[in-house]
Amino acid sequence: MNAPPPLKRIRESRLFWPLAALFIILLFDAIFVPSFFKIGVQDGHLYGNLIDVVNNGAPLMLVAIGMTMVIATGGVDLSVGAVIAISAAMGAVLINPALGDRLITNDILTKDATNTPLVIIVIANLLAGTLCGLWNGMLVSRARIQPMVATLILMVAGRGIAQLITNGQIMTIYYTPYFWFGNGFILGLPVSVYIVALVFIVASLIVRRTPIGLFVEAVGINPKATFYAGISEKNIKLMAYAFCGFCSAIAGLILSSYVHSADGNNNGLNYELDAILAVVMGGTLMSGGRFSLFGSIIGALVIWTFTLSMYALGVPDKALLAGRAVLVLIVILLYSDQSRRLLSRLFDRKGARHGATH
Amino acid sequence: MTDDRELVAMRGITKAFPGVVALEDITFSLRKGEIHALMGENGAGKSTLIKVLTGVEHPDRGTIALEGKQVQVRSPQQSQALGISTVYQEVNLCTNLSVAENIMLGREPRRLGSIHWKKLNALAEQALGRLGIDLDVTQPLENYSVAIQQMVAIARALAILAVRVLILDEPTSSLDMQETARLFDVMRKLKGEGIGIIFITHFLDQVYQVADRITVLRNGKYIGTYDTASLSRVELVATMLGRNLSDLHAVAQAKVEIAPKAAHACVAEAKGLGLKGSLAAIDLSLNAGEVVGVAGLLGSGRTELARLIFGVDAPDSGSLSIDGQKVERFSPHESLKRGIALCPEDRKAEGIVGELSIRENIILALQARYGWFKVLNTQKQYEIAAQYIKLLGIRTPSPDQLVKNLSGGNQQKVILARWIVTQPHVLILDEPTRGIDVGAKVEIQKLVLDLVKEGMAIIFISSELEEVLRISQRILVMRDRKKVAEYAGDVNDQTIMHTMAGDL
Amino acid sequence: MAQRTKLFLLHHGPLLTTMAIFFLAYFIGGRLYPAMQKPQAFFNLFINNGPLLILGIGMTFVILTGGIDLSVGGVLALTTAASAALLQLGASPALVIPLMLVMGTALGCTLGCIIHFFKVQPFIVTLMGLFFARGMAYIISLTSLSINDPFYKQLALTQIPIPFVPKAYLYIPSLVGPILLLVAVYLAFFTRFGRTVYAIGNNEQSARLMGLPVGRTRILVYSLSGFCSALAGIVFSISLLAGYGQFASGIELDAIASVVMGGTLLTGGVGNVIGTLFGVLIEGTIISILQYNGTLSSWWTRIGVGVLTLIFIGIQSLFYVRRKHS
Repeated sequence: MNAPPPLKRIRESRLFWPLAALFIILLFDAIFVPSFFKIGVQDGHLYGNLIDVVNNGAPLMLVAIGMTMVIATGGVDLSVGAVIAISAAMGAVLINPALGDRLITNDILTKDATNTPLVIIVIANLLAGTLCGLWNGMLVSRARIQPMVATLILMVAGRGIAQLITNGQIMTIYYTPYFWFGNGFILGLPVSVYIVALVFIVASLIVRRTPIGLFVEAVGINPKATFYAGISEKNIKLMAYAFCGFCSAIAGLILSSYVHSADGNNNGLNYELDAILAVVMGGTLMSGGRFSLFGSIIGALVIWTFTLSMYALGVPDKALLAGRAVLVLIVILLYSDQSRRLLSRLFDRKGARHGATH
Repeated sequence: MTDDRELVAMRGITKAFPGVVALEDITFSLRKGEIHALMGENGAGKSTLIKVLTGVEHPDRGTIALEGKQVQVRSPQQSQALGISTVYQEVNLCTNLSVAENIMLGREPRRLGSIHWKKLNALAEQALGRLGIDLDVTQPLENYSVAIQQMVAIARALAILAVRVLILDEPTSSLDMQETARLFDVMRKLKGEGIGIIFITHFLDQVYQVADRITVLRNGKYIGTYDTASLSRVELVATMLGRNLSDLHAVAQAKVEIAPKAAHACVAEAKGLGLKGSLAAIDLSLNAGEVVGVAGLLGSGRTELARLIFGVDAPDSGSLSIDGQKVERFSPHESLKRGIALCPEDRKAEGIVGELSIRENIILALQARYGWFKVLNTQKQYEIAAQYIKLLGIRTPSPDQLVKNLSGGNQQKVILARWIVTQPHVLILDEPTRGIDVGAKVEIQKLVLDLVKEGMAIIFISSELEEVLRISQRILVMRDRKKVAEYAGDVNDQTIMHTMAGDL
Repeated sequence: MAQRTKLFLLHHGPLLTTMAIFFLAYFIGGRLYPAMQKPQAFFNLFINNGPLLILGIGMTFVILTGGIDLSVGGVLALTTAASAALLQLGASPALVIPLMLVMGTALGCTLGCIIHFFKVQPFIVTLMGLFFARGMAYIISLTSLSINDPFYKQLALTQIPIPFVPKAYLYIPSLVGPILLLVAVYLAFFTRFGRTVYAIGNNEQSARLMGLPVGRTRILVYSLSGFCSALAGIVFSISLLAGYGQFASGIELDAIASVVMGGTLLTGGVGNVIGTLFGVLIEGTIISILQYNGTLSSWWTRIGVGVLTLIFIGIQSLFYVRRKHS
């Protein structure tokens, strides 16, 4: 009777809810949209709804990884969507073959070429996002502005900056090598999956093999005590926000590559809510502290499985917004202390009754 | 047992929280026109009993009668309606509102549905007048001192309802002597009006100054109710601690022989160290193998001194050198690297990281010194944790236990362990024994003396004078954010107390 | 006396700064672009920023309690879309307008209840509200709906001359904001509700121990903000004679910015609605200047509002630190 019963242990595991949600959605699909599970092979790579889930969900998974770190420090980053737009805009502007060319004609603009090496483009993408993250981090850790407000500023102003970079236009990208990130395949699987896996593994190694993970959790639980313990709580926060910006930038790279364009108003729209949803669903508390990167990945997968299942049923994209909001509500309510207490009381009473009948 | 003077009668109150029985069959009675002290160590159940009376917690068993009538107190609102009012240790008022609002809000006079400000202010002045206080009630509360805020809180308690029972929960902890005396005058006045006052405090002197009767709780159990006049101080202490007198005597004798004051190296020296608004320039030198005690009341600048030396705040004047090197950058991280450590005063807010395990809490500072990338492997972490759990006698089933689940004394030991692991030259202890039981207290004192023997320099800050006297070689006395005296060698508590109070 | 003056200045510093900045900005605008010197240019601030002022008033109460409401833009957009759709179906404005107000209040009330009963941070709940409301607007229509109702048209086009100022006028909907402001001032300073809002923002625990109705007040505050958002949506749909889910995107920061510029602390407990009026006016002035300039692009306003918010947060913390020290 010392060890908690297995059922309770499973229920209290961080990954129980997201996995249960994933299972329920897949079960739903199995009954109503059996075609959802079809996976075919075309031109040597896989295709099908499940592949789309991971491919389309890749940007969200990346953002969720970054967001997990920020939320673990007790903060939040509402600017991820805007950072995606900035990173996308940065890429599109640098790819533009007319860059630095005085004579702009339409066939130069739509040429499948660029004057900037791809490496530089990618670095500029990532750098732009990381700088945004650093900016957020500075506001939160140095200027001591509430995370919600500090990042709200960039959430709104950032879209302005993205438009500023592209001069207010929706820039279409014609440079084929750039499309590889969002549309390419390696060994039959989308490139984006490998990028996510790489970022996830590196991030996990960093947080679990170095003390950084411990420091992040300590900051999230009790920033003051952490500071008194000689840990630079400011730098930990700065690092978390910068990392989140970095992850959002990769997401921006993949997204703009996937849709072949950069649009300051619409790139990464609504990602802030989805990312928070993914993280919370993954078992990381909004108040900070213990976190699970893997849980957030599962959370992101749940969201995209849900979204694509709805698409498969013919629900339009914009109308899904309300549905996702309701999903957030359900998750928040399920995770709130009140309902947890209610739930465990319910289970315990059942358990007690079981015990009594034996 | 009927007593027509009996105002409150609580019988057989039992309250259990998951894992602990906070109150077990408690009896408590309060008469009209009486000041009744409720005494007990931290964790004795005083605050839970008050919470039951004020409707914040609901008892599992037991009855409450008010003037002979059985009542069920379900909410704080209801307890107020019954005429039970509480003034807490931290002033629970809204500092941004005016004094008048703080007194009257909730029962504000209205005219045509809107607040009648003129009448409200007049009523507030009247309520303060009852306590013999005259001030501008239209000013926001934050413009006044804590003492005044406390008075406002009492005025509110009295103005808002026909108060029959007034509960004062550690009201004097942030007041100076004059302010306390003033509070006592007010208490006696209210007593004269027939109000029953429950007075919770940990200052014995004050109990003997104002209380008529004393009820002692220990570990959630009722120990007894005594007339103040018939219970000596030593008896009271012994009852609270649950020890007989000879035990207490043994604790007092725990004074370990102090290492001879050899010409140890000076490890830390502050010259004119100060920060505007926090601490007046201070000179202090600290030798290896020596305990420097700091005596002073709350707000005397003792914590500010600790914060400056540890680098939580950066000084704006003077200099600090550690091991002969002048400190240029002030931060806990820098201090950690220099070998300075601080066990902060507010254990919960500044010390423990509650949701982390004992092991993680213990290695936190060491890991911080190693930096972000040099890793202390898990096996090593467990070794260190096991070693210190044993060394300091931390009572826990496993090093993976979350720190928030430990008792106060064990939490304190975890924080001590966190710093001792880093092997500092200078260890600053700010109230290390506050709110922990006597056994743990003695263990911590012994530990301090052991560390000193190994050559550590220790700054020991405590409100308990007797404790400071017992283990320090030198004593610094602070008052009004200034160092007012430094005593070495033999000095008695009377001298120090007078210096602290400023009447010497 | 000097002490009291100093305290007064410290206490009202942010508000006075805001007023000074508004007059300065307006003066500079007038010097740069003489068209801004006309009285009508001033009244245009009210015409153009009517919805923002209404949102700002609701937001001020929310922020005073230490909370935040990110759903305002969504509720506004939903109101425009829903009322446009209903009017197209031939519903009477006499039915549509009250219905919209009830809907906004109910939405706000729901958010408030979730925040209060489930103890979830306001920004997540209201962020969810934002997405929910915009999503519902898209479900109503994926494109912009026009309004042809004669009553709405009449409201939109009737000019009210300003007494004593020749050739200056306002439209009927732009009067809503100033009237609401008066009501808000009354609520804030002469009712228990208003004082409880301040008390909660300063110290919720204390407010509860003082026996003030914390839960009810908090839910009321979000309901009020929902009401204001719906009201702003009605004003918005009247002035544009259209309804669309994409309307007023990013207006939540504008509203927060004007509250902050008005001297209300984001941590709650300090500030007032009059300041918010000046915050809105500053924003309006800056947008006017950008418009008169003509060469600056629209995205500069977004960046500009972000920068301004930041500057004012800085000014606030300066005052806050000063007050703590004194």
